[in-house]
Amino acid sequence: MTTLSIIAILVTLLIVVALAKPVGLYLAAAFDYGSGSRLNRVFGPVERLIYRIGGIREENQSWKTYAASLICSNAVMIFLIYLVLRFQGMLPLNPAGIPNMEPSLAFNTAISFMANTDLQHYSGESGASYLSQASVLVFAMFVSPATGLALVMAFIRGLTGKGAGNFFVDLIRALTRVLLPVAFVSALLFVFMGVPQTFEPAATVTTLEGAQQTIARGPIASFLAIKELGNNGGGFLGVNSAHPFENPSGLSNLLQILLMMLVTTALPFAYGKMAGSIKQGRVLFVSMLVILIVMTGISLTAESAGNPVLNALGVQHAQGSMEGKEVRFGETQSAFYSVITTAAETGAVNTMHDTLTPIGGLVPLANMMLNTVFGGMGVGFVNVLMYAIIAVFLSGLMVGRTPEFLGRKIEGKEMKLIAVTLLIQPFLILVPTAIALATHPETISNPGFHGLTQALYEYTSSAANNGSGFEGLSDANTFWNVSTGIVMFLGRYLSMVTLLAVAGSLAAKKPIPESSGTFRTDTAMFGAVFVGIVLIVGALTFFPAVVLGPIAEQLTL
Amino acid sequence: MDKKKSMLSGEIASSALKQSFVKLDPRIMARNPVMFVVEIGFLITLLLCFAPGAFGGTVPRWFNIVTAVILLLTLLFANFAEALAEGRGKAQADSLKKTKKDISANKLGSGGAIKVVPASELRKGDFVVVAAGELIPGDGEVVEGLASVDESAITGESAPVIKEAGGDFSSVTGGTKVVSDRIKVRITADPGESFLDRMISLVEGAKRQKTPNEIALNTVLVSLTLIFMIVVVTLPFLSDFLNIRMEIPILIALLVCLIPTTIGGLLSAIGIAGMDRVTQFNVLAMSGKAVEASGDINTIILDKTGTITFGNRMASEFVPVRGIREEETAYWAAISSLKDETPEGRSVLELMKKNGFSYDENLGDGGEFVEFKAETRMSGIDLEDGRIVRKGAVDAVKQWVRSRGGSVPDDLDAASNAIATAGGTPLAVAVDSRIYGLIYLKDTVKPGMKERFEQMRRMGIKTIMCTGDNPLTAATIAREAGVDDFIAESKPEDKIAVIRREQAEGKLVAMTGDGTNDAPALAQADVGIAMNSGTVAAKEAANMVDLDSDPSKIIEVVAIGKQLLMTRGALTTFSIANDVAKYFAIIPAMFMIAIPQMQTLNIMRLDSPLSAILSALIFNAIIIPLLIPLAMRGVAYKPMSTSRLLGKNLLIYGFGGIVAPFVGIKLIDLAVQLFI
Repeated sequence: MTTLSIIAILVTLLIVVALAKPVGLYLAAAFDYGSGSRLNRVFGPVERLIYRIGGIREENQSWKTYAASLICSNAVMIFLIYLVLRFQGMLPLNPAGIPNMEPSLAFNTAISFMANTDLQHYSGESGASYLSQASVLVFAMFVSPATGLALVMAFIRGLTGKGAGNFFVDLIRALTRVLLPVAFVSALLFVFMGVPQTFEPAATVTTLEGAQQTIARGPIASFLAIKELGNNGGGFLGVNSAHPFENPSGLSNLLQILLMMLVTTALPFAYGKMAGSIKQGRVLFVSMLVILIVMTGISLTAESAGNPVLNALGVQHAQGSMEGKEVRFGETQSAFYSVITTAAETGAVNTMHDTLTPIGGLVPLANMMLNTVFGGMGVGFVNVLMYAIIAVFLSGLMVGRTPEFLGRKIEGKEMKLIAVTLLIQPFLILVPTAIALATHPETISNPGFHGLTQALYEYTSSAANNGSGFEGLSDANTFWNVSTGIVMFLGRYLSMVTLLAVAGSLAAKKPIPESSGTFRTDTAMFGAVFVGIVLIVGALTFFPAVVLGPIAEQLTL
Repeated sequence: MDKKKSMLSGEIASSALKQSFVKLDPRIMARNPVMFVVEIGFLITLLLCFAPGAFGGTVPRWFNIVTAVILLLTLLFANFAEALAEGRGKAQADSLKKTKKDISANKLGSGGAIKVVPASELRKGDFVVVAAGELIPGDGEVVEGLASVDESAITGESAPVIKEAGGDFSSVTGGTKVVSDRIKVRITADPGESFLDRMISLVEGAKRQKTPNEIALNTVLVSLTLIFMIVVVTLPFLSDFLNIRMEIPILIALLVCLIPTTIGGLLSAIGIAGMDRVTQFNVLAMSGKAVEASGDINTIILDKTGTITFGNRMASEFVPVRGIREEETAYWAAISSLKDETPEGRSVLELMKKNGFSYDENLGDGGEFVEFKAETRMSGIDLEDGRIVRKGAVDAVKQWVRSRGGSVPDDLDAASNAIATAGGTPLAVAVDSRIYGLIYLKDTVKPGMKERFEQMRRMGIKTIMCTGDNPLTAATIAREAGVDDFIAESKPEDKIAVIRREQAEGKLVAMTGDGTNDAPALAQADVGIAMNSGTVAAKEAANMVDLDSDPSKIIEVVAIGKQLLMTRGALTTFSIANDVAKYFAIIPAMFMIAIPQMQTLNIMRLDSPLSAILSALIFNAIIIPLLIPLAMRGVAYKPMSTSRLLGKNLLIYGFGGIVAPFVGIKLIDLAVQLFI
């Protein structure tokens, strides 16, 4: 770990912090239904055309209709993607002659891309045709983050006492005002940095040695831009952002990190703006940033310390643990990327997470288990707000008032819905892991603690809709395809429904004016309670599992 | 007050002990999901005591037995807490029930004939006659006569109160005793629905329903319990993959330690004790919901008279007219009040003492006191030496002086107007034909009220004073008392209007009242406290009744409501924070044999795996009885800003909750290792 590499990380974080507020204010304006916005004049004409074609009426929906629109439209799209993947071999734009995807894999992939997870049990270059990659999957990679953005906007509107809005309007706005423009510009930047963008089939070249080599390529830049911006994470190529075509340089690595963090770090400020007080959002932003910095610190320390066994053997490794890492990025940028990709629930990887040191591997796992270190596109911040409500509930009680959040009372109904939501994550991670370990131990490549971590990581990644793989699992089979498919689906959509219901219930309440007896949610004290609750609930839930996985591995090295 | 029973009278404790076992019945236990899980764990370990190998386990039998005993104790402790809280109410109910027994009534027949019947036969609309020494057979209204009634059976206050037909003091309560005179009462409640009946069922907790906040908290606790069940149930599958065997009793121990048994075991006790604290305070809450709501009050509406001020005007100053020294004015004011027993008269003598003025106490000897009369609007004394001293309404005194040939000082009117504008009442003092000056009578704010309103402001509560006075007088008193707002010349409708206005802004409003015309406002308020001395209508409309009829007690009720929520929050935080230490005790212990390196995580350096698990389990059990006093008494509450309050409670119950079990478990382990 050199000083320079530390500075590089600090500079990256500074840019992330500097971008958060302006982007947040832009997001708040982009989803504001008021007519006065200048953005409406810019985007209005195109959007109205889309509404007319789609038969969308710009009217407010109840939270139930909103949730139903979200679920139904996503379900239809999952089905369409499934069909294309199943029959890609017979469809056009398949120069490499890639065969149809088998049913369980197509099931897994369709859900995976719509659920913003992009867990790939296939290798991009050999498992999906150009049609699948460039149209269907990219389509999903746009629509699923747009869905997440729509969700968070509806949720914030609920908390601040406005109507839920209209799902289709939000979805279109997310695309026209956020994802398409930013993705377009960043795709060009990636091309500029050397990422291929072509519909030509894989190149076959004769190497210097005279051997024939097939070099995969394709419309990678456009895929890459939305992969990072939309917190999708699915690689065009099997090795994802470790491939020189998907991440050619340190600069492209930086751009990828910035894109991953762009929207999710901005959402607290958008929320603050919509709640009428930037401070409300800033306290959550700072709280999450603190967790992120601590996580980064742990990861860097672990990776730079390297493997104690190798150290004892006297193996020189001034560069830290380099096993499974790209020399282009080195140990710090690889470790940092693993922290960011799991914090923002993107799942893109520029290193093999399987080969991280046990503690270095624990950090991405912890990020996904908490699912609140900024978190994925929209859903992450909704999760954060849910923890904020729990924090409000406990602190409200401790100051002797029925808890209220943004002037709205948190009562039995909301707590019931939140209680159910809290159960989802532990259930979806621990139960399938237990089943997999008990029934399919042969699919896990490593015995012992590392093998346990592999299975735990796979389900954690699925439930948190991250999509990065620890790898090392023989996961391209029916059991893993179906089980992770179900976990991804439930991990994505169950909490969307329960939390929209919370927002709907809060929106219907009469706001209580603030007085000096009100418990304030924009103070450092509240931030501390929030972080405490996230860490304690997370730690209490997953401590035994991680003790048997990465911690035991570290202890027994 | 002797009614405030000590927390742990032997009788209550022994009956609570019995109840702790009765409550082990799974049908009762199932109502508390957290403790129900403990009970199931207990039954499984109990089975393992007899058949240690039932699930292929290899832990020694003694460990199963010890675990079962600790789990049983955990259950009993939680039951004991609840039974103890209930017991206090029951004891009170029992003493009330004694009052109720065997009252006979002199029922008035249609022809006016009196028939003696048991009180239980009385129905709504019946008329009864109650004479001195008899118990009033049921709730009702005095329709004829006037009597003093001893209500100590209900209020604990031994001084009798006057009840008379008509007006706001006509309601009587069954079970109270007429001390003097004789009244005719119309019965207003059927048997079983009387005030006493409701009171008994309330303090008994028979009709206790879970309050909204309790339900919300319970949901969180159930959710946590389910999460930990998922954690513990999946753990053996994870460890199987590593070829580590998990023992059933150890898994049960882990589960019981993790689920929030501390708050789960004390939750209902906290609720009951909160209600009970209100009752101990001689306020009867009709529901726990009302007590909770009182903690959330944003606005309190208070009557001026009797609540904020004494209600009677007191002398506060002597104002001389030109040519007279203040001492002289004071002297004659005092002489005029020598034998005046009215509050005004006494207040003049008190003011003399306060200001250090002297007067000749013997001057009045042999003199004749002249009482205040509506026609003369003056009172005073005719001295033995022939001098006539009068004090009274300014124009009446002026007329009296003129009629005796005296003249009116030209600055008198200006002075008396000044007093009136400031909200006071001027009384003129005259001797024979000479006016000596004015007594400034003022409605006095009760001592300590200003500080209380200041406290409430810090709690974020707005106070509104209602008074029939003119705006000027009202403003003066409001300023003196330090209330935030006032309504002058208020009519009963105004109160409802204010309540509605505040509620429309989303605020919760509390008010006190006693008259029939207060009833709609009491019903409209979120927390309505009726005075026990008030009318039946007021008491019906309110959700609390103050047996001492002290309207300012509303402030304490708010504090009790807050305390109730705070106690729940504090113990929940404490309970969850405890889990950190328990993890560090049990998790290394579970895996230490298979993975010796786990010793690194054993940061408390507990002696052995089994002693570590038992220590955590024992800590988990004994923390419940240790916290019973806190649950009963409630977390200390002093009005302060919310952020300071949160900081303080987080430090004590959050941080303390993390540290305490590390210390506790280590200490228990030091003891336990001696036996293993």
